[in-house]
Amino acid sequence: MSVLVYTENTNGSFKKSVYEVVSYAKAIADSLNTSLTAISIGDVEQSALTALGNYGASRVLNVSSDQLKQFVNQAYASVIAAAADQIGADLIVLSNSFSGKGLAPRVAAKVEAGLADGAVELPDVSSDNITVKKAAFSGKAFAITELTSAKKVIALNPNSFELRETGGNTTVETFQPDIPGNDLAAIIQDIVRTTDKVTLPDAEIVVSAGRGLKGPENWGMIEELADVLGAATACSKPVSDAGWRPHSEHVGQTGIAVSPNLYIAIGISGAIQHLAGVSASKTIVVINKDPEAPFFKVADYGIVGDAFDVVPRLTAAIKAYKGN
Amino acid sequence: MKILVCISNVPDTTSKITFTDDGTTFNTAGIQYIINPYDEIALSKAIGLAEGGQGTITVINIGEANTEAAIRKALATGADEAVRVNAAPRDAWFVAHQIAAYAKDKGFDLILTGRESIDYNGSQVAAFVGELLGIPSVSTAKKIEIADHSATVEREIEGGKEVLSIPLPFIAGTAEGVAEPRIPNMRGIMSARTKPLEVIEPIEVPVLSKITRYETPEPRGTVTFVDAGEVEKLVDLLHNKARVI
Ligand SMILES: Cc1cc2nc3c(=O)[nH]c(=O)nc-3n(C[C@H](O)[C@H](O)[C@H](O)COP(=O)(O)OP(=O)(O)OC[C@H]3O[C@@H](n4cnc5c(N)ncnc54)[C@H](O)[C@@H]3O)c2cc1C
Repeated sequence: MSVLVYTENTNGSFKKSVYEVVSYAKAIADSLNTSLTAISIGDVEQSALTALGNYGASRVLNVSSDQLKQFVNQAYASVIAAAADQIGADLIVLSNSFSGKGLAPRVAAKVEAGLADGAVELPDVSSDNITVKKAAFSGKAFAITELTSAKKVIALNPNSFELRETGGNTTVETFQPDIPGNDLAAIIQDIVRTTDKVTLPDAEIVVSAGRGLKGPENWGMIEELADVLGAATACSKPVSDAGWRPHSEHVGQTGIAVSPNLYIAIGISGAIQHLAGVSASKTIVVINKDPEAPFFKVADYGIVGDAFDVVPRLTAAIKAYKGN
Repeated sequence: MKILVCISNVPDTTSKITFTDDGTTFNTAGIQYIINPYDEIALSKAIGLAEGGQGTITVINIGEANTEAAIRKALATGADEAVRVNAAPRDAWFVAHQIAAYAKDKGFDLILTGRESIDYNGSQVAAFVGELLGIPSVSTAKKIEIADHSATVEREIEGGKEVLSIPLPFIAGTAEGVAEPRIPNMRGIMSARTKPLEVIEPIEVPVLSKITRYETPEPRGTVTFVDAGEVEKLVDLLHNKARVI
């Protein structure tokens, strides 16, 4: 069995989550004593493709055609399935990004593979049935999932695996499969990026604020703190429901589940639905004026205080520390 | 316009999630079930589209008899008819096959699901059904507008959105923003009792994966409090102890 990893590009370049998924796939390939092939679809610079060798892909299939410039899950799934067939890959690995979620089931259905999405660590490959630990119940539990099919697909959660630079070489080959016309029915008219900063699902640090902030006009200090930390901003559900912040920032059980290295919660009470989406964070800091706020029970560090007083001073202290 | 809305029955969001039998079985004791919140958005969108005689809405659920309360609620909210595939929803692959088998010769113009269920968080059903039926799918739709035989759909991407133009029929998983949630009114609740609810038997689907066991996250250690006047101390702890900045 060989391993195929799909490397999703954003505007022609690879984000950190791509190197995570390549590192992850390489570690699996190593424990299966096999090699790792990457597939890239769309316009990506040769230098970026070659750099995948650094993370362990010994071969890169490059699919670059006018029809496939933009992500269309149907067509991309056909291409990935064709590539898996061509190289005889039994395991396909990709990132559990928004596009990955649209793609993984289609790929799995095409090759009749069992699918484990939301993987959070390396699988157990000691038997033919690969066993994957995946997030479930919105962060309240993990489901240990055994893939019993001959072919398998794993989608890795962002921020769940470290980068491993193995420093190998890679060969880039052109791959040009046929695309069924039916696969190109959906057409992208526009892509609107509201932020060119680090995005929430794959941010290493998240600064999040809740109803304690009183109103949208007070988010300046949250953005400043996020800026000095290179963090993404997030919010609780009532905040996005009230239109203070966009829905895309809403974290929790009915929002985005995040697992950053550092989650800073400011003026958020810590309701069970909120905690569900953030409890996989490695370190949690809570700033709340109420010492009884439930969030403190799951925090690593807490400050009892008024956000309007604490946050600007924290920002200044981090600036000072970064300046040194 | 004929719309199919897929709904699942999930533990209420306040549920404490525990397992029995050495972590192999989800403990349903004391669990209240609700319609998956994202599926309510799908249903609300469908009702908006069908309003004023513009269409009909069928809801489909894969579940055993105990899900009928959720199905009746969907009918009370505004669906016209319902189908229950009489089986425990083993996994998304199984569920998607049941939906596709039911939908394939019914001529639905639009199929809606929630973007994910809040129990297994798979986000898989929409794309599986799309693949099985050979139609386009959007897994996380933030906005759907239908005009004639095509739709403009906004899809969530990291840090922004993608605007797609998609011919009908297609399937979308709905996220917040697609529609304001609707709740049943008295008339709806009364009429729901007499709306058709068909029960059909499942088709066979090969098993490709199985959950062998569950784990719950490690409990965190106790919180270290830092005095509000000493934010520098927090910076120091985050740098030297937690090593996250
Ligand atoms: C079906 C369902 C799904 C849900 N899903 C989600 C979800 O996904 N995500 C989510 O977040 N919520 C979700 N909720 C809502 C959740 O139950 C809570 O209502 C919500 O998380 C509370 O948001 P909050 O903490 O911002 O506001 P509040 O609970 O109002 O808390 C505000 C906090 O700010 C503190 N505060 C006030 N002023 C200050 C100040 N000056 N300085 C410091 N602290 C201050 C207060 O002490 C308080 O703890 C869901 C609810 C339901 C019913």
